[in-house]
Amino acid sequence: MTYRNPPTTPRKSATFDDYTLSEIRRAAATGIYDIRGAGAKRKLPHFDDLLFLGASISRYPLEGYRERCDTSVVLGSRHAKKPIELKIPITIAGMSFGSLSGPAKEALGRGATLSGTSTTTGDGGMTEEERGHSKQLVYQYLPSRYGMNLRDLRRADAIEVVVGQGAKPGGGGMLLGQKISDRVAEMRTLPKGIDQRSASRHPDWTGPDDLEIKILELREITDWEKPIYVKVGGARPYYDTALAVKAGADVVVVDGMQGGTAATQEVFIENVGQPTLACIRPAVQALQDLGMHRKVQLIVSGGIRNGADVAKALALGVDAVSIGTAALVALGDNDPRWEAEYNKLGTTAGAYDDWHEGRDPAGITTQDPELMKRVDPVAAGRRLANYLKVMTLEAQTIARACGKNSLHNLEPEDLVALTIEAAAMAGVPLAGTNWIPGKNGF
Amino acid sequence: MPATKLSKAATQDHASRIFDLDVSSLRELNQALHNLAPGSNETAWEVLHPKGSHSVAVGVDQPVSIDVRGSVGYYCGGMNSGSTITVHGSAGPGVGENMMSGSIIVKGDASQYAGATGKGGLLVIEGNASSRCGISMKGIDIVVHGNIGHMSAFMAQSGNLVVLGDAGDALGDSIYEARLFVRGKVDSLGADCIAKEMRPEHLELLQGLLDRAGITGVKPSEFKRYGSARTLYNFNIDNADAY
Repeated sequence: MTYRNPPTTPRKSATFDDYTLSEIRRAAATGIYDIRGAGAKRKLPHFDDLLFLGASISRYPLEGYRERCDTSVVLGSRHAKKPIELKIPITIAGMSFGSLSGPAKEALGRGATLSGTSTTTGDGGMTEEERGHSKQLVYQYLPSRYGMNLRDLRRADAIEVVVGQGAKPGGGGMLLGQKISDRVAEMRTLPKGIDQRSASRHPDWTGPDDLEIKILELREITDWEKPIYVKVGGARPYYDTALAVKAGADVVVVDGMQGGTAATQEVFIENVGQPTLACIRPAVQALQDLGMHRKVQLIVSGGIRNGADVAKALALGVDAVSIGTAALVALGDNDPRWEAEYNKLGTTAGAYDDWHEGRDPAGITTQDPELMKRVDPVAAGRRLANYLKVMTLEAQTIARACGKNSLHNLEPEDLVALTIEAAAMAGVPLAGTNWIPGKNGF
Repeated sequence: MPATKLSKAATQDHASRIFDLDVSSLRELNQALHNLAPGSNETAWEVLHPKGSHSVAVGVDQPVSIDVRGSVGYYCGGMNSGSTITVHGSAGPGVGENMMSGSIIVKGDASQYAGATGKGGLLVIEGNASSRCGISMKGIDIVVHGNIGHMSAFMAQSGNLVVLGDAGDALGDSIYEARLFVRGKVDSLGADCIAKEMRPEHLELLQGLLDRAGITGVKPSEFKRYGSARTLYNFNIDNADAY
């Protein structure tokens, strides 16, 4: 009888996990980095790491469903003659026509208008679908200036100068040729079917002093009526917020690294920028240091999913949040009803992110006429409105439990953190302690 | 260099409306221009003492003529739609940025980004232009009597850039469908920009541009044409060095 050593259980590397191995094989086979849509998928410190302290004796709660909890917010009151007045502090983030289909843009407009909030154009110009169905529409002023024109600038309710995006601070865009339909090509003044590269910086200004002059020009063109937002990717939120304020912004938008994109390198999405949670306190601190908190409004976006996220962002000093990916999911993106078709594309519902390929079974991130028909703008708009209503009710429920008659009365004192990391990033105590790591700096 | 003589879009039946920026504010000037209704008789405007002001006559959308007596700062004539603006001096960065239609004539020099992202119309610079002239142009026609700086026509999508003098480094880097005509020397061409044959239709096109800019005594045959090699239109890993 021979003795055999018992076999050891096969063990895969934590460093070279299955996904990493597949990426190496894919890169070796194709010779190009992976491009995809959506935002960072890795686990990041997030709002889940914060908890609210409901009222007991030391705080007095409001009666749920009985006592009023205000949700309205005014954006752009610093300089604009016509600030934006929203019923809820949740806006729809900029997403381009070209990346999204026309029916999807119309649905966003319908849902937002039903909810009393605004939508935002994107890197592809203004469409009639969106303008026609959005009571309040923010017009993005992007480095590419695709479709930028005087008429649409004046038809907008606010202008958002996009300097950066959470998924790719410092990066430009790439809309691959297969999504360039006749209409998209015409709006972008480029031939059909070629890759459309968007510049990473504005062609006609560099630095904050130039930005100030650019904002002056936009105000002059629009007769100082419209709020000017400045959007930055969440990388250096303290200094970028301060410089945006210095340049004259009415509203600063900070987009954390969970923020989505239409098509960007995976390595960029997952490795550049800071988590949304980490961006808020420095941005608020910048406004407070300048004496401009609540005078220049702050919008934060990137991975906002529910009313708790909204309430937590507001408690940390934000005036409103923006949603992009979540809004697309509400419309029907990545819906399990299309599972068989996702499988044919080599993926599954919930993981589909090849938005740049234009084959979205849900008809949202595509220009394919047949797929687009799957989006009913009225029904999808209603779904978005329902979702926004739920988020608002959730945030109100939490705020009342904290004794607040306005969502904007939530404050850092209402929060604790579950992890040291989240406590340090948000500037609130670790649960069960009065310890705020890094309180004297960040 | 030959001076530009454009036919006035506006008639001169009425006396000019004069805005002296020593007395009136920039806001008053631009608001008055924006208040113009279609068919207004106020077709001739004159701006005195601009003294390098930014955003002079931006967002004008009526076919009026505006004579600016002096030099301007950033973004003069930005997003112009249909007016004829003449700067009797030099222009700062971004003159005629995102112009939609109409024309802008700069009698002196222009700084960086002249005609950036312009969608249409004609921009004439009688002196020299600095770097990034015509950057990301999208249909505008630009005629420069003198020289242009580096990285001009970067990512130029459509329209025509005519340079009677010389061009700096990296002309037409990442160019799409715009046409570049240079009479003098080019320091270097950018990625995907190549010299192209001057066919009869290009000579005809160029003659038309010179005529529109009021330039005489210069032959289209004296120019070389540059445009896209179209090798970067769809990503190919074998072209990675060009990115």
